[in-house]
Order: sequence, then C-alpha cells, then structure tokens
Amino acid sequence: MSFDKERFKSPYSFLFGSMNLRTKTLLIISLVGLILFAIVVNSLFINVDNITTNFSIKNSQPSLQHPFGTDWMGRDMFIRTMKGLGLSVIIGAMASILSTMIAIFLALSSTLGKYFDHCVSGVTNLFLSIPHILLIILISISLGGGIIGVVVGVSLTHWIPLTRVLRAEIKQINTSTYVKLSKNFGRTKWWIAKNHLLPLLIPQIVLGTILIFPHAIMHEASVTFLGFGLSPHEPAIGIILSESMKYLSNGAWWLAFFPGLSLLIIVLLFDLIGDNLQRLLDPTQANE
Amino acid sequence: MNYKKIFKFLGFKFGTLIILLIAVSTISFILVEISPIDPVRTYIGEMSVSQEKLTNLNEYWGVDQPLHVKVVNWLGNLANGNLGTSLIYRTPVTEVIGERFSASFMLMFTSWLLSGILGFFLGVLAGFKRGSWIDKGVKIYSYIIYSTPVFWIALILLMIFSVQLGWFPTGLAVPIGKTAGNVTFVEWLHRLILPAFTLSITGIAQIALFTRSKLVEVSSLDYFFFAKARGEKGWSLIKRHGIRNILLPAVTLQFLSFSELFGGTILVEQVFSYPGIGQAAVTAGLQSDIPLLLGIVLISTIFVFCGNSMADLIYKFVDPRIRESEANEF
Repeated sequence: MSFDKERFKSPYSFLFGSMNLRTKTLLIISLVGLILFAIVVNSLFINVDNITTNFSIKNSQPSLQHPFGTDWMGRDMFIRTMKGLGLSVIIGAMASILSTMIAIFLALSSTLGKYFDHCVSGVTNLFLSIPHILLIILISISLGGGIIGVVVGVSLTHWIPLTRVLRAEIKQINTSTYVKLSKNFGRTKWWIAKNHLLPLLIPQIVLGTILIFPHAIMHEASVTFLGFGLSPHEPAIGIILSESMKYLSNGAWWLAFFPGLSLLIIVLLFDLIGDNLQRLLDPTQANE
Repeated sequence: MNYKKIFKFLGFKFGTLIILLIAVSTISFILVEISPIDPVRTYIGEMSVSQEKLTNLNEYWGVDQPLHVKVVNWLGNLANGNLGTSLIYRTPVTEVIGERFSASFMLMFTSWLLSGILGFFLGVLAGFKRGSWIDKGVKIYSYIIYSTPVFWIALILLMIFSVQLGWFPTGLAVPIGKTAGNVTFVEWLHRLILPAFTLSITGIAQIALFTRSKLVEVSSLDYFFFAKARGEKGWSLIKRHGIRNILLPAVTLQFLSFSELFGGTILVEQVFSYPGIGQAAVTAGLQSDIPLLLGIVLISTIFVFCGNSMADLIYKFVDPRIRESEANEF
C-alpha cells in the first residue's frame, strides 16, 4: 500500500503548518478554551439592567449597529445573546462538575463489592428508563424550578456514561499486579485509591467532565425553552428562543436564528475541545 | 425457533417491567410530593373558597397524611388502574393519555421509520464511498445535528416552511372552526409532515454514523477480503457481505433510541403545537397537573422499556449466530 500523505493531513493544516499533532492539539484546545473563557468573562460584565429598551428601534432587522437585530422592546439581541451564552456556559459547568462528582462516587461505590455493584447498576437502569427531558422536568418541579432545579436535574441525568467508563477502569486497575502487591504489603484501601487509582483516573475524569458539557448546555436550553428552567427574567438562550416564538409569524426570523446559532457554535467548540483532549489521552485512536 | 424460550424471555421481561414501574412511580411520586406545589391550591384555581371547604378538600386529597401512607395509597390506586383525574382536562388521566399518545405515536413512528431507513442508507453510502464528498457530507451533517438543540431546528423549519413559504400552517393541529373529531385525514397529515420531518432529520445522525462505522469495521474483516479476492466488488459486495452483517445491529440501535425519540417529541410538539403526549406533559408540568404528569412519566417508561426489550429480543432470537450458538449449548 502506498503511503498516502494527503490522508494524514489534519483539516487545520493550513493554520498550523508543520507542527506535530500533539502541539497542534494542545494549541487548538487552548485557543478554544480562551474563546469560551472570554465569552464567560464578557458576559459577567454585561449588566442586564443596562440593556436599554428603546421602542423607536423595536423589531429592527440585523444591521451593523445591531448585528443580531433588536426585539419588540428595542433591546439589542447581540448583547442579550452574549449574556445568555455566558449563562449557558456557567450552568453547563456547574451541571457537569456535579455530574462528574456523582459519577466518581457511584463508580467508586460500585467497586466496593458485588452488592454495591448491583445497586449501582439498578440505579443506572432506573435513570435510563425515563426520557431525560421528562426526568429533568420532574426534578425541576420538585425543587421549585429556577437555576438549582435545572442544574440538579441536568447533572442527575448525565452521569451514566462517565460512571461506566470509570467503573471499568477501576476494575481493570484493581486486577493489576502492582495493586495486588500493595494489598499484600498491607496498604489500606484508601492508600491504594489515592496513590494507584487517582493518578490514572484524573485524565478520564477531566475528559468526562468536558464531554458532559455540550449535552448539559443543550439540555439546559431545552428545559428552559419549555418553561421549567431559568426564570423569564434571565436572558438565557432558552428564554430568548421561547420568547421569539411569539414573533416568528411576523417574520422576525433574527430573534430565533442568531441566538440558536450562537448556542450551536458554543456546543461545537466544547465538542472540539473534547475530541482533541481525547486524542491527547488516547493516542491509539488519534488517527481515526 | 424455540417458543418455550421466547415465552420465558417475555415473562422475565414482564416481571422486570412491573418492578421498574413500581420503582419509577414511587420515585416520581416522591419527587412531586416534596415539591412546593399544593394540590388543593391547583384544584381550586382562582376560586375563592371558605376555610371549612378548604379543610374538607385537604382531607379529601389526603394532604396531611405522612409520606409513606400517600405512596402506598398511590401505588394501590395504580394497581387498580386508577391514575386519577387530570386537573386541566377534568377527565380521567387514562383517557387523556390514550388520546394524546395515539397522536404522538403516529408522529414518532413516522419519524422513527423514516430516520431509520434514510440514516441506514446514508451510512452505507458513506461507508462504501469512504473519503469521498458523500462521506464527508454525512459526517459533517451528523456532527452538526448532534450539537444542535432539536427545538431550534424545529423553529428554523417552522420559519422557512410555514412563515416564509407558507406551505404548512403555523401551529394549531386543528383548523379554526373545527373540532378534533372531524378533521379530515389530509388536514391531519398536513400538520404531521413538518414535526415528523424535524424529528427524522435529527434521528438520522446517530444511525448514519453507526452504520458507517460498522460497515468500515466489517470491510476490514477476513471474509470481506476473501470476497474481494474472489473478484466481487461494488454494490454486490456491499449488499452480500456488508449489509447482511450490519443490518441487525443498526435495527437494534434504532430500537434503543426510543428514549431520545420521546424526548425529541416533547420539544417538537411544543414548537409546532402538535396535540400529542409531549405537549400534554409540558402543559401538565407548567400548570401543576400532577396526576397527568405522573401518568405520562409511566407511559414513557413503558414506551422506552418496549424499545429496549425489542432490541434484546432481536439480539437474542433473530441473530442466527447467537441463536445457533445457544442451540448448541443446550
């Protein structure tokens, strides 16, 4: 078989020239991370009260002055969308971290013994048996809605894949000879967990958290769109989109198009980080 | 076919379903019970009621009973097939769900079938022409659809086809001036197309990517190389040695996607105002119609369970390899 150089070229080769894959991957991760960080910091400086209502420019089409147009109260949609994106990333971060903690806890407890393992797989099956959106709605109602309801709801529905990965990983490490040796030397379970398990699990945990992110953001937006998430005063993307429904029939397409597109881009950026990180951690799959 | 084994399998599945339903209904009941919703307040609505009547209602609804008594009562009612009365529609929950679910079922079934066939076809094409523009197109499409909220796609399609082009009505499943009973088939179909289309184009992504990677996997196996060495090529090679081996896993995957299908339906129905189970769930949740919401949770659990069991059934009894290896065991 001839060596096909073209095949091994990354799609970003025009950007990074002759760098090796590792450097490129790291560069992509840090660049994308920087963009996301900038979005969050930027949104923190936007004060919602400063988004002025100006009825003289209400329902105006996208222009240079208002790139995303204005809504029925003359508010600039670009600023509102930016604020909403920051909110989405923050909520996504909270939900992913909480979800990861649940995953670590359940994965660790499933390896304690056969009985615990059965319990964890029972809980997993239970959570897989209800459509996620419906479960988030239930949890959100139970907690009285608002930001806590969404964060808890989303994190309680997204721990399953990471738990499975961690559980398999822990089982594999536990059967290795050096762990058995440590046991025979009389090391405690806690010592083994801290010194043998944790260093090997940390990359998986970080990757798992980032892979939860896009799903968490999308589910938050969906639940908020349905009316169970953030309160209507917050300029979340879900709220913006559900408000836009009323004005679609008047032809105000920009109210729904740009906020949704921005959300899509944010989700794609998180996917990009996740994919590249996966390549760094698992070089055998890097050429897939 | 071993019918005895199938019956045993079905019996086991039925038992699992019963246990699952008890667990799900208990947990969802406790979840709404600890919520700040007051069922009596919801029932009364805006009416003004005397204190005496309020006490009577509290007693009737059993508000002051301890939690475990309430749970046992609720499970007892469920066992008798009594899911309570919907507070919004003022009819038994089972009736509301029956009507709404049949509307949603048509929507879900259409898009399920459509996305399955189209997704499989696209996946085979992409895997067959690996590296070509078709392959790249399918991959990019799938990745983008994966990262897009379903309801936004629905909104975009609504804007293009209903508002700009005017091909389909914006929302309202029943034309103005008509009751739900006497809608003609064509009118109803007219309103089904756009929601079903939305659900289909989102469903395609998963099955297409899966089929593609399966075909790539299969085409690196020895028997595939041998067939190539014998001089088979092109479409007949794919048909004889590729599709036969990837069809079953693909169908299984499609059955496993019932949960996402239901979730997508909730969002799509909300955007298109399609009068199905998803819209009922959202309305029930927003207006604190707890009996209806709990009923919908149960029906969705059964729905998802059926999909998973079908996948299991196919895996265990249809795949000739597994069937034969099991026959040899006994």
